[in-house]
Amino acid sequence: MTFIPFALVVLIIIATVALGIYGTRKAKTASDFFVAGRSVGVLMNASAISGEYLSAASFMGIAGLVMKNGYDALWYPVGYAAGYLFLLLFIAGPLRRFGAYTIPDFAQGRFDSPLFRKIAVIFVLCIGFFYTMPQMKAAGLTMGTILGWPYWAGIAVVGSVITFNVAIGGMKGITIVQAFQYWAKVFAISLPVFILMSVFGGYSQHMGTAFEYQKAVPRLDGGEVITVNGAEKAPLNAISLSAAEPTVLHFDKDHTYRIAKITPARKPEPGEDKITPESFARTTKANDSLNSDIASGKAFDIPSGATIRISPVVVTKDHVAVVKDGKIVTTGAKIEFEKGGPVTFMRAGARLRLPAAEGTAKSGPIVPNAPANGKWLNPFGPLAGKWGFPLLYTYSLIIALVCGTAGLPHILVRFYTNPDGRAAKRTTLWVMVMLGGFYLFTPMWGVLGRALMPQLYVTGAFDSAVIKLPTLLENQTLGQILSGVTSAGAFAAFMSTFSGLLVSMSGAFAHDIYGKILKPNASPESRLVAFKIAAVCVGAVSMLLGLMVETFDIATMVGWAFAIGAASYFPLLLLGSWWRGLTKYGAAVGMLIGGFLSLGTIVCSMLLDKKVLTWELPNLVRALMEQPAIWAVPLSILLMVVVSKMTAKSIPPDVTMKMIRLHAPEEMGISENYIEA
Amino acid sequence: MQDDAGVDKRLTTEEAEQLMHRVMWRQAHLSLRIAAVFIVILIAIPLVNLFAPTIAGKSVLGFTLSWLVLGVLFYPVTWALSAYFVKRSNALEAEISKEPLK
Repeated sequence: MTFIPFALVVLIIIATVALGIYGTRKAKTASDFFVAGRSVGVLMNASAISGEYLSAASFMGIAGLVMKNGYDALWYPVGYAAGYLFLLLFIAGPLRRFGAYTIPDFAQGRFDSPLFRKIAVIFVLCIGFFYTMPQMKAAGLTMGTILGWPYWAGIAVVGSVITFNVAIGGMKGITIVQAFQYWAKVFAISLPVFILMSVFGGYSQHMGTAFEYQKAVPRLDGGEVITVNGAEKAPLNAISLSAAEPTVLHFDKDHTYRIAKITPARKPEPGEDKITPESFARTTKANDSLNSDIASGKAFDIPSGATIRISPVVVTKDHVAVVKDGKIVTTGAKIEFEKGGPVTFMRAGARLRLPAAEGTAKSGPIVPNAPANGKWLNPFGPLAGKWGFPLLYTYSLIIALVCGTAGLPHILVRFYTNPDGRAAKRTTLWVMVMLGGFYLFTPMWGVLGRALMPQLYVTGAFDSAVIKLPTLLENQTLGQILSGVTSAGAFAAFMSTFSGLLVSMSGAFAHDIYGKILKPNASPESRLVAFKIAAVCVGAVSMLLGLMVETFDIATMVGWAFAIGAASYFPLLLLGSWWRGLTKYGAAVGMLIGGFLSLGTIVCSMLLDKKVLTWELPNLVRALMEQPAIWAVPLSILLMVVVSKMTAKSIPPDVTMKMIRLHAPEEMGISENYIEA
Repeated sequence: MQDDAGVDKRLTTEEAEQLMHRVMWRQAHLSLRIAAVFIVILIAIPLVNLFAPTIAGKSVLGFTLSWLVLGVLFYPVTWALSAYFVKRSNALEAEISKEPLK
């Protein structure tokens, strides 16, 4: 039966390629190749923009993030959609009227500076690669989930297929492909969730249960076997067990396991007594050598077939129990595995059949790593509250997503496919309707995932919820078909976004680096060859990067690409369109410093999460590194203004005309396309 | 790239500058007004969540009020704001185009 999802995935790939070929027949000139001839209808173009924009982060990532973090994760889809409003208000109209192919074209045209083009190209590539990583993760994960392929194989196969398709097709034909993929994605995210909700209970029903039992934590089935991750998947190799009741872990006879350390899951406050590993964990059958291994505090092997009982421990201060809000404070254990494997999770003393616990559908042990309903349901939960500065974190995330949309290279280029600025605005309006319509569904998947598939909390594989949930249906055929539908939707998601990014990035190489910098006199044919070579190289690098990010959440990674865009392109476009005083020096300094500082802090946070770096940093610094937009965007704008004021002499002499061209309605007959189509 | 030296042959530099300010300012005024509404909403939601958790946590139709606002109602608000903008902006541009250049 598992062939069904695969068949549907193959079907969507074939439909994509076939539509691409059909579109190709209609496209002949270089302008067709890069911006699809500048004459696409509003609804078609809106579908295409939405199709390109709805990436794996939207399709799989948001559901996973909502499941993991609850309310705070809702900011992601809201930000993705809200960014478009800012794009519409400040950037879509002027940019289209200016009429250049790419952001580097805008950069050069606005400042008459070929050097500036090179700087702008750097960010097409930085943002592009950051955005391709989560798409690649989605490819590896989807293939792994539906066919059991190893992570790398999914990336290699899917990445190669898409790269090949782009290399032979360019952007021509992609408008129709992207438009088709938008509708495929809406269908795939909505229909299965309705069927699932009709069987397992609706959106508001699950939300209502979580609301009513705010203290409850989801539970597993008794005796559920889950394969826990080893150190190769750090930081997903840790499980934090319940602080309310003991959990019994049974280790399989045929596997070897190794535990790196056992520590309290709750961060100790100053003055509290230290809690030793053996106060949490004890073997159930007397096994002195294992018990002394646990007590040693060092990494140890677990003998096969062992059973360990993990109990919560009362937190003490000078040997007196700590009391908060009238309750004794306890903490569960956090176990970090060096070598993982299948572990059986049981509820202590559960020989008897226990009724389903209040507020959850299952009666087994409390699921590790899951926040309680109240924390999950309400604002400032595990995501925003991660570093103890929830308000700051929330605002920084909002700024990154709202400003970052304007900084995505593969999205902006699509505005040039509108016949005029008026059409560009109407297109953006329709894009917002289409995106909002899609995003209404994504949190439903996260809510269902939490209620029905709590085992995903153990392994951190939240991003696969959309693909796995339909298989819970009792009617296996229907389950496989719906899982196939969501898999095909996921494919549409990362295919469309990855193709769009490949076109932008390869276009930057062929059009900007090769065509404008290396060989200004290159013939159109040799530029096309350069485009194809660049597509293959960019595709290969993307696949390599994708291999390194298996443990990061898809939506979080996309959020980072937004943060870099927000601190580099957004200030350039905003000030470049609205402030005549912006100079190339100001714009370049702001973009480079804002963009690279964000990129740097984000990469450092990723390495810190992976424990490649082991700096001890204050929580405030970690929060600002993980979500840099709140300081990086104002910094970038400030630098642009200050440096521009200092270099006011280099304002282009024809700046007035440029500003008129950016703003005067087409009917006045003043604006002309920077490059005539 | 075309020759920009003459700006538009119909205008002197000074007139062009006046035109630029006139057009840009009216567009900016409209965009800023709508952006202000939107920014107030974006700033207010986390503040309400933080300082008025009982209001944010009220149960409405099974959801908490804050979830209902952010997860469902937020999108129609963006649609309304952008539809209003497109309508006003097109009207504004029609108006600008009808005015004499100078």
